[in-house]
Amino acid sequence: MAKVGYVEVNTERCKGCNLCVVSCSTDVLELQPREVNNRGYHFVYVKHPDACIGCANCGYVCPDGCLTVYMTKEKEPVNPVVTL
Amino acid sequence: MDIETIKSPENLVYAKPELLNDHHMHYCPGCSHGVVHKVIAEVIAQLGLQEKTIGIAPVGCAVFAYNYIDIDWQEAAHGRAPALATATKRLLPDRLVFTYQGDGDLAAIGTAETIHAANRGENIAIIFINNGIYGMTGGQMAPTTLRDMKTSTSPEGRDVATMGNPLRILDMLALLNGVCLATRVSVHTAAAVKKTRRMIKKAFENSMAGKGTSIVEVVSTCNAGWKMTPEEANDWMVEHMFPYYPIGDLKNI
Repeated sequence: MAKVGYVEVNTERCKGCNLCVVSCSTDVLELQPREVNNRGYHFVYVKHPDACIGCANCGYVCPDGCLTVYMTKEKEPVNPVVTL
Repeated sequence: MDIETIKSPENLVYAKPELLNDHHMHYCPGCSHGVVHKVIAEVIAQLGLQEKTIGIAPVGCAVFAYNYIDIDWQEAAHGRAPALATATKRLLPDRLVFTYQGDGDLAAIGTAETIHAANRGENIAIIFINNGIYGMTGGQMAPTTLRDMKTSTSPEGRDVATMGNPLRILDMLALLNGVCLATRVSVHTAAAVKKTRRMIKKAFENSMAGKGTSIVEVVSTCNAGWKMTPEEANDWMVEHMFPYYPIGDLKNI
């Protein structure tokens, strides 16, 4: 059963320190090369969403708590229909 | 699987702790303080002590710590956080009292308060952030600055003959009978953050159980003061800080 991860970025809180990008083992995140947030930082964005395995390494090392990580173990619907 | 299904609460692996409020932190990008704040907020929520915790904020970069974590705080004069924590814990013994101090605060101006509070075995937890520099005032040399490390007040590097050796204050504190936990951790990787969370939890539990003083030293980075990018600072810390400030428990009883 493949694991599916999903990471969400709070771009306004992000300061573009790049620590999450180097902590990611599957190269999911990248700093925005051109755009900046309201405070003028090149915020992080999800470059390869399909590669995310939901390990949450990025979340742990983020100093500003910008990242929310989800992970599911099942690719099929979570509650399959059971017939008796 | 669609994103809305993945985003259900039972699939949540990691999120910003609720006790950490939405104020934008004033720390530089990549600063270790943010991670430690987050860990403290997680541990307090995990122990269910948000209504019973009193933090003592220091002077230094973490001077505005009271703006970021939704618990009760007091602001101490420079270096006097352990003295204020002593009074708070003695007057309100059912509360969790911890201090949050940097190396300029704890190891320089507050050495006497720290050592005597630890020697008396006050039931407080001390979170000590050691980045080897005075970050807030512009990167001056601190007692914990490494040998030959360049700072704005030691531009040729720290000369041991005139400026003394870097101070391993945790090793001194570990010798005192009042101390029940003296440990050195870091927050540069996810594994290190989890270890730090375990040790801070242990320190808070010791404080509530009345076992004595717990000191958790977090070897951390000051990328702005060290004039590096955050990831270079982490590598520099592993290469240069860890040999002198080795990670691990000095005392855990």
